[in-house]
Amino acid sequence: MTSGWARLRRLAPAAAVLAAMAIVTASAEIPLNERRSGYADLGRETKAMQDDDTANPGMLAVLDGETLWSAKAGSAGRSCADCHGDARASMKGVSARYPAFDAASGRPVNIEQRINLCREERQQAKPLAYESRDMLALSAFVGLQSRGQPIAPPDDARLEPFRDAGRETYNRRQGQLNLACGHCHDDNRGQRLAGIVIPQAHPTGYPLYRLEWQSVGSLQRRLRNCLIGMRAEHYAYGAPEYVELETYLMWRARGMPMETPAVRP
Amino acid sequence: MARALINVPAKARKGDVIEIKTLISHVMESGFRRTQTGEAIPRDIVTLFTCSYNGEEIFAAQLYPAISANPFVTFHTVATESGTFEFKWTGDNGFAATETAKIVVE
Repeated sequence: MTSGWARLRRLAPAAAVLAAMAIVTASAEIPLNERRSGYADLGRETKAMQDDDTANPGMLAVLDGETLWSAKAGSAGRSCADCHGDARASMKGVSARYPAFDAASGRPVNIEQRINLCREERQQAKPLAYESRDMLALSAFVGLQSRGQPIAPPDDARLEPFRDAGRETYNRRQGQLNLACGHCHDDNRGQRLAGIVIPQAHPTGYPLYRLEWQSVGSLQRRLRNCLIGMRAEHYAYGAPEYVELETYLMWRARGMPMETPAVRP
Repeated sequence: MARALINVPAKARKGDVIEIKTLISHVMESGFRRTQTGEAIPRDIVTLFTCSYNGEEIFAAQLYPAISANPFVTFHTVATESGTFEFKWTGDNGFAATETAKIVVE
């Protein structure tokens, strides 16, 4: 018993040093040329599923979105296509630029919020709920138009404070496990957590089809999942903290090609 | 009408073995899950998938609760003549969906 305590006491300084290292390394960003999409760590079958548009279940949502794009909605009786025309031209690269700064609210908005702003202001329709079938369908359809395009966060100084707030949230310890996002996705990227390769957390393919969910889900659903896993209190869908995190994560993944709709286990 | 994606080669040579892929949107609710208040969620699955080639049934599969949402069924057949494939899914609560695809055999 006493020898056990003595050993613990001897180990204590070493533990303190390790803890200090963890704090320092949590803020170390992955060098740009070492970044890899979660796609690279998929199994052969899951890769094949994502690559084939007739096997990728995310394409079912895209098909729904294509119908919604030209369906009239709201009291203005207008469809997305009435203003934006052919999405293949008008929406190309759009999802790769979001979240973008919205001057009216003075905050960044993500693609889902942008769709709802259009619905409320232009179509005079009710906003779509987060993770609702229609919202996922529309954002998947808009996202598909950016597939293969590099992620290109806007060069907008007004976004900077929000990106910094996102980085701060990303590196802040939270929850009962006292972990920050970076402890897994930066420090231990490529290692295994219960047999699964820890990805680098680049949001290249959202909204994506997750086999575990058996459905399409947004980036915020994924963030919510991570927070629950860390035993942290998660935010409400659309919360500013999520949009700031999205702003930071898209900047962190700048230049990587979009994969929407991706498939992940 | 449920969304479905079909992949049949547009052209094939007579005697070729061709791969057919089908994907349909369906929740495939197993019937074993419960809501937060403990009520059972009733089963809602696709129970039968069939494919016919110019009217003759060439493939059929029975589906069960353990099959995931949006079932993906793929199989092979021999291209014998030009014509139409008809795909049918039937299931709980009167679910029925039909899709067709054409093939030219040279």
